[in-house]
Amino acid sequence: MTTTTPLEKDSSPSSEEKKSDTEHSDHRMFGLVTFLVADGMTFAGFFAAYLTFKAVNPLLPDAIYELELPLPTLNTILLLVSSATFHRAGKALQNKDSNLCQKWLLVTAALGLAFLTSQMIEYFTLPFGLTDNLFASTFYALTGFHGLHVTLGSILILIVWWQARSPKGSLSHDNSFLLEAAELYWHFVDGIWVVLFIILYLL
Amino acid sequence: MTLSFPPSEKKPLEGLQPKGWLRYLSFSLDHKVIGLQYLICGFIFYLIGGALAGAIRIELTSPLSDFLERDVYNQVLTLHGTIMIFLWIVPVVNGAFGNYLIPFYVGARDMAFPRLNAVAFWLIPPAGLMLITSYFINGAAQSGWTAYPPLSITTPAAGQIIWILSVLLLGGSSIFGGINFIATILKLRRPGLKLMQLPMYCWAMLGTSILVVLSTPVLAGTLILLSFDIVAHTGFFNPELGGNVIVYQHLFWFYSHPAVYIMVLPAFGLVSEILPVHCRKPLFGYITMVYSIMGIVVLGLVVWAHHMFTSGTPPWMRLFFTIATAFIAVPTGIKFFNWVATLWGGKISLNSAILFSCGFIINFVLGGITGVALAQVPFDIHVHDTYFVVAHFHYIVYGGSVFVIFSSIYHWFPKFTGKLLNENLGRFHFLITFIGFNLCFAPQHWLGLNGMPRRVAEYDPQFTFVNQLSSIGALLMALSTLPFLWNVLQSLLKGPKSGDNPWKALTPEWLTSSPPPVENWLGEAPLVTEPYGYGKKKKIVLAIKSEKEDKENI
Repeated sequence: MTTTTPLEKDSSPSSEEKKSDTEHSDHRMFGLVTFLVADGMTFAGFFAAYLTFKAVNPLLPDAIYELELPLPTLNTILLLVSSATFHRAGKALQNKDSNLCQKWLLVTAALGLAFLTSQMIEYFTLPFGLTDNLFASTFYALTGFHGLHVTLGSILILIVWWQARSPKGSLSHDNSFLLEAAELYWHFVDGIWVVLFIILYLL
Repeated sequence: MTLSFPPSEKKPLEGLQPKGWLRYLSFSLDHKVIGLQYLICGFIFYLIGGALAGAIRIELTSPLSDFLERDVYNQVLTLHGTIMIFLWIVPVVNGAFGNYLIPFYVGARDMAFPRLNAVAFWLIPPAGLMLITSYFINGAAQSGWTAYPPLSITTPAAGQIIWILSVLLLGGSSIFGGINFIATILKLRRPGLKLMQLPMYCWAMLGTSILVVLSTPVLAGTLILLSFDIVAHTGFFNPELGGNVIVYQHLFWFYSHPAVYIMVLPAFGLVSEILPVHCRKPLFGYITMVYSIMGIVVLGLVVWAHHMFTSGTPPWMRLFFTIATAFIAVPTGIKFFNWVATLWGGKISLNSAILFSCGFIINFVLGGITGVALAQVPFDIHVHDTYFVVAHFHYIVYGGSVFVIFSSIYHWFPKFTGKLLNENLGRFHFLITFIGFNLCFAPQHWLGLNGMPRRVAEYDPQFTFVNQLSSIGALLMALSTLPFLWNVLQSLLKGPKSGDNPWKALTPEWLTSSPPPVENWLGEAPLVTEPYGYGKKKKIVLAIKSEKEDKENI
């Protein structure tokens, strides 16, 4: 009968607590990825609904549903650039350059807010409202749900920036989970936008 | 050798929770406390849902709607379905036993994300309360647990919106739980423990959690769109405004067919844990069990439209979904034969746990056979929306999942409390549950084949006698709860001590004290590579017997 080695004895309670805290490695990123899979499935359901509507339901005769391309194209560029700037922020943190990291984070947040502003301008200039017809409703539901994600993401970036700014914040080059998590989420939101852009505006 | 017992080195940690029963009302992060919170909370909702079922059966003893108004009947029906599915079976077979057992099985001290775990539980009581109180505010939802539009759009809005909000909360709880289980099983395994050495319940929970993570968000999105239809008068699912009701059905069943597996796959896992212990034999066909669970997960995601054969589905779709559904019978059949083969030639001790497990096997195979029948389009069109479907469904979720929940409570009660339940009362409980259940639901097959529609408070007088028979069965089921509650109460107050391992089981949760200390093991977690090594190697069983001597020797 083999005996497994017991945990090393440690009499002081503080180190015991620490041990049970750090006993297993960090799986928060794995959990986040699983959550993003779930979140992606919500979008997949919406996309499936939209595509089915498009295939099966004809646009009623007097219904108006027209989309302009320039503004959403600008939006796509804004988000893609913001993904790159976020990546820059991560690199800067790795290189222990906290100031540069904060600058890139602010640029990313500004791009996110610019996206939201441009989205609002599009909403107010479109010739149809939420309840006008099926496709109008679907358009607002899809872009609105994505816009909610961008809003949350922008707030998240500002929180990361705040943590990077204050010297006692929970962000440093050897403890960068918050930034990495926000970055992964941001890339996910960008990816969803690209799919949404193709399905909603180009198809 | 496969087992090793760690010497007890540390003193038990008390943790940061209140002592005694108060911890079950606290925001405790201990997976065992959270598991029991799920179980107790779920059981309270089971009693409420059962009372609603009682009201339904009383109403159906006579052909006219004299006991409940028609509107009230619809509300009671909706609440019964929603409570039993989202507040009793799903939280208990997943949350309760999953949280209690999975960390033991993977050799961890807690779940991967304990705080998320506590949040997932504490979403449930407010959601349940919201759902039930909606009855007293302008009436609860009336459109059944499926909430099909346009019915759900045209019935009073307040109850329906509260219903949607509460299901969204419960869905969120379910997703958080699923993420936690996947991370725990895949990432938190004790060093040296391989995936193919895990107890079967881990595989069942892994499969279930994959289904939860992939399908529950789709339901959430659909319900958000439905709530827009109700509140903002958009037209996603409203044909009057150019919407499409069939899209709702597709999206709804994309979640709700897997939901059946979310309710029954963990039950498969629990039975696979209970049978080997009480018949002293290894689980038959471990590898085929694993593959059939994963097969059910994959197939379960692509069979949803067999609920919609009468919704104008085109012929190619009917053909595809009939064949896919028939295929699910294969992995399910494999599991059924594996359980029978596990029992075959074993030293079966006829205690309450195994009686309920055997009851599950019998009921489940009956429900499975009617399920295969329902997958066939011509037959399905004949019995669609009749009591045949009600009977089939209850054979799966009551005869299947609820029997397993009772079996599991009898099996793990000594682990939870360190006390033994009275076996004679348990056998009596099984007897009236089994007779009552079959008396209640078997006649409903006949009712359905003869055309009695479901979800209606009134029916043709020719069905009166059989409905009364069914109601007598329901009365027996209601009464069967009493000996169980008495048994639990008596055992908690003055039950005999069970010792650490009353069943001489080999799965890891029994290799610590009963009830277990905070953080599960005083020393390092034991490495159990053969959780079902019964009868194979006598040394293993001996090792458990002499656990205490071993500790002293070391």
